[in-house]
This record gives sequence, structure tokens and C-alpha cells, in this order.
Amino acid sequence: MGRVFFFIREGLRALRRSAAPSLAAIVTVCITVLLLGVLIPVLQTTNGKTNQVRDQVGLRVFLNDVNGQQAPQDQIGALQAKLQAIPHVKQVTFVDKNQALSILSERLKQDNRTDITAQLPGAHNPLPASFNVTPDDLSNLGSVRSAITPPGTSGQPTPISPLISDIGDSRDDASKISGATSAIRWVLGVISGLLLVASLLLVANTIRLSIYARRREVEVMRLVGATNWFIRWPFMVEGLVCGLVGAGIAIGFLFLGKQVIVDPLANNFNLISSGHTIPFASLALVLLCVAMGVSAMGSGLTLRRFLKI
Amino acid sequence: MRRVTKVYPGGHVGLEHVSLRVDRGEFVFLVGPTGCGKTTLIKTLIRELRPTEGEVLIAGRDISSLADKKVPQLRRRIGTVFQDYKLLPTRNVYDNVAYALQVIGASRSEIRKKVPDALRLVGLADKVKNFPDQLSGGEQQRLSVARAFVNHPPLLLADEPTGNLDPNTSVGIMQVLYRINRTGTTVVVVTHDREMVDKMRRRVIALDSGRVVRDQAAGTYTPDDESTREFALRLREEMGLEGEEPRY
Repeated sequence: MGRVFFFIREGLRALRRSAAPSLAAIVTVCITVLLLGVLIPVLQTTNGKTNQVRDQVGLRVFLNDVNGQQAPQDQIGALQAKLQAIPHVKQVTFVDKNQALSILSERLKQDNRTDITAQLPGAHNPLPASFNVTPDDLSNLGSVRSAITPPGTSGQPTPISPLISDIGDSRDDASKISGATSAIRWVLGVISGLLLVASLLLVANTIRLSIYARRREVEVMRLVGATNWFIRWPFMVEGLVCGLVGAGIAIGFLFLGKQVIVDPLANNFNLISSGHTIPFASLALVLLCVAMGVSAMGSGLTLRRFLKI
Repeated sequence: MRRVTKVYPGGHVGLEHVSLRVDRGEFVFLVGPTGCGKTTLIKTLIRELRPTEGEVLIAGRDISSLADKKVPQLRRRIGTVFQDYKLLPTRNVYDNVAYALQVIGASRSEIRKKVPDALRLVGLADKVKNFPDQLSGGEQQRLSVARAFVNHPPLLLADEPTGNLDPNTSVGIMQVLYRINRTGTTVVVVTHDREMVDKMRRRVIALDSGRVVRDQAAGTYTPDDESTREFALRLREEMGLEGEEPRY
């Protein structure tokens, strides 16, 4: 036990004595952790967004009007039951003509083009009623679609009900969106991978410099009869402390950034408030452990060169 | 040492078939011109170098075949004083000496007792708080001696302990080594200070080009019970040194 305290004391003493190299190591660790702390949630958010987009993708089944009016309720109900019965269909929601119009007006209002709906003749609503059909998974979209329009006698796709006029497909949009997000994910992944490697090398190099500056000291310790581990432990304690302090500062900044920038924005922007990111406390813990581990191991391994008998 | 040869990578021969025997409690000088292999010999004794050929036996054990893991144990049993002192610059006088004890896992109370003893022996008791760069060359060398001797090793090696010191200070160092020898420790001193060697009247082993050219067992004409003080006085007198005897 006395030994442990001795090593800790020695490590702290070395930190005090070689303040400049230690500071360099701390700053390096701090920057690395900061970058990682930003990149990990961003990566997770894009990942989560892709899944969310996939969830939203579905088919829109447009209905024919009967005599300029919406089809009778019983026919609509029967068709909804039919659609619901198709395998891989998760959800079927009905959007009637009035709802369609109000959705359109809402969108136009956002673009400040209310004049378009204003020009509509009062009684006549040109928009069709529709069903939104959501498949359980994006990959089943095609099979659901062909179930709604099976090949008829002529070999042409024929809708299962005369009520159906057209089927709108958001597959193109979906594949574009998921393509874009997966590209972003790849780019971010590669960047963070490179950053991680670069920062590891940077940390190792900084530690190496600080040890190199003290190689004479290590040599003397060897000649006095210190075992390799006796020499190594204080250095590892030093690395551990550098990692702890560096990561601590970085986590402080991350927390500040989260409180001041991300959280207020999250209320306004859907993208940021994605629920798929890792909780801050776990993120902080992981970063802290990684930083301390890397610094301590970096010190221990670098020392090996100077411990050859 | 039995027929020890050390050939450096590159072909330079450091030692060539060196055979010699030093008995327990002896005080031996190792002399010779620069590059004759004195330091190489010391380095093989603390296993900083492995001989290319031959055996180095310390207390009956061949240390040239010692496992790397056991080398620290060996070094703890041999006190070494280096020409360039090899002090830890970031530690003060007290801590430099204490480190040699911490390395062997000595308890704090043991350290508190032994370190002041060693520092008193070399006359640095009043400079415990100083750092090595605040000490003179002679003081640094004495500190180095204190560190080498603090755990009372059976063997003490000194590589040019008076290398860059003036004659007066050199006598002081020799006096300390002599005192240590009188406690029963075997002392081997490497030097090219011929005058000092001649005056000390101890066994002298001369090396040249890696070979033993002279091994003169002296000491017969020096009374072994000469006290440290008498020894220093005689040395000073014979070297023609004036002035006060340093108070160690």
C-alpha cells in the first residue's frame, strides 16, 4: 500500500516538475476528447435520422371521386379493411378531401402563397381523398404495392378496387434521403476514424517527448537498481492524471456547449432533438476512460524503449 | 573475472582476456590511459554490458548469464559512483540518496535513519534541501558516493570519482572512500590520477588496450589500522597540499 502512495506521489511530483510537456499532453488529450465528444453524437444522430426517414416512407393510394363527391363511407371502409389485410402493411390512415385541402393550404401558407387556394371555386375541392399505407419495413414497399395492384387478365397491373385511381410512391424520395444520410454517415465515420488515429498518435508523441526529456533520469534509476515497473508506475500515474485532467476539461466544454448551444436549438430543430443519441453522462464516462487508458498506456509503452538493460 | 573479452559492435576491443580477482574488503585501483577499458570493465561488473566472452563472477555467481529480470537485484548489491555523478536533477540531496533506498522497498523509518547517516559520512548533512545544480562538483561527487553507499552494499565501484576535481577535493573524496572501505566494503576505484594512486599505497591494477599490464598488490607497507584522519593527513602531506583539512 505504501508503494501505491509512493508511485502516486512520484507521478504528481513529475507532473509539477515537467509542467510544459505535461501541459502539452493535457491540451492534446483535451482537443481529442472534444472532437470525439462532438463526433460521436453527430454520428449517432445521422444514424437515427436515417431510421426515422425509413419509418416515414409509405404509399399513397389516391381515390376516385364519385360524381365530384367523395366516395360513400361504406365503400371507403371496405377498402381500408382490404388494404389493412395485405401482408407487411403496418398502418393505413385515411385522408379525406377536406383534410387534403387543409394540408395543402397549410403548406402554401408556409410559402406565403395563400392566393392559390383562394382562387379555388368555393364548393369544388379538386383534391382527391387518399389512404396513407405504411409498410412494416421500407424493403417491403414493392410487395405491398404489387399486392394493391395485382396483374389483371391483360397482364397490366389492375387495382384491387375501382375506387383506386392512382398510387403515389415516395420510394424515390426515400432512397434519395437514405442515400444522402448514409453518405453523410460514411464521411463522418471516416473523418472521425482518421481523427481518432491522428489524436492517438499525437498523444503518444507528446508523451514520448516528455519521457525523452527525462531519459537521463530513467537511466539513473536503472543504474541504481530500480526494476522496470518501479520506474514505469510513476510515469503511468502521470499519464493517467494528464488523461483525467485533459478529458475533464473537454467534458466541461462539451457540457457547456450542450447547455448553451445544442439544447436551446433542439427545441426548434427536429434534427438535433433526435432521441437516438447516447446520454451525456455515459458519453462523458466513456471519453474519460478512453482518455485515461490511452494516456497511461502511451506512457507505459513509450518507456519500454528506455528500459532496455 | 575469468578471461573476459568485450568486443563492441564495430570491432573495437574494449577488454581482452582480462582475468583478475578482488577479495572481500579490498581497496583496489584500476588505472590506465583513456580508452584502455576501465569503464568497460566497470560496466561489465554492473551488467550494463555483457562480456563477449568469459565469466564475471561476483560472490561466486556468473553475472554475465544473469537474467535481465535479476539485474536490478544485482545493482542494488553494488554501489556505483559515476564519473558524471548521474544524480537525479529534479530531486534534492536528501531525495537523491533516499531514492536508492526506495528502490529496494525500504520503509520510511529506515530511510529517515539511513539517509542522514550517509549524508553525514560525506559531509553534506547541511545541504539536504539543495538540488544537484546548486552543488559544486566535489559536493555532487560526494552525493553520488552517499547514494552508492546508503544501503551498505558489499561492493562499491567508483568510476573516476576524482575526474574533474581539484587535488584538495579529490583527497576529500578518497578519504570518504577509504572510510567506507574500513567498514568492510570492497572498493574498486577507477582513475587516471597516477599521483593519487601512488600515494594511496593500495593494490593497483593497470590496464592498457583492454589488457591487464600490471597487478601490483600493495598495502603491505601501509599499516591497515591507519585511521581515516591519519590517512588524509599523510595523503595531503605527500601530495604537497596546503591549507585546512575540509571538515567532513
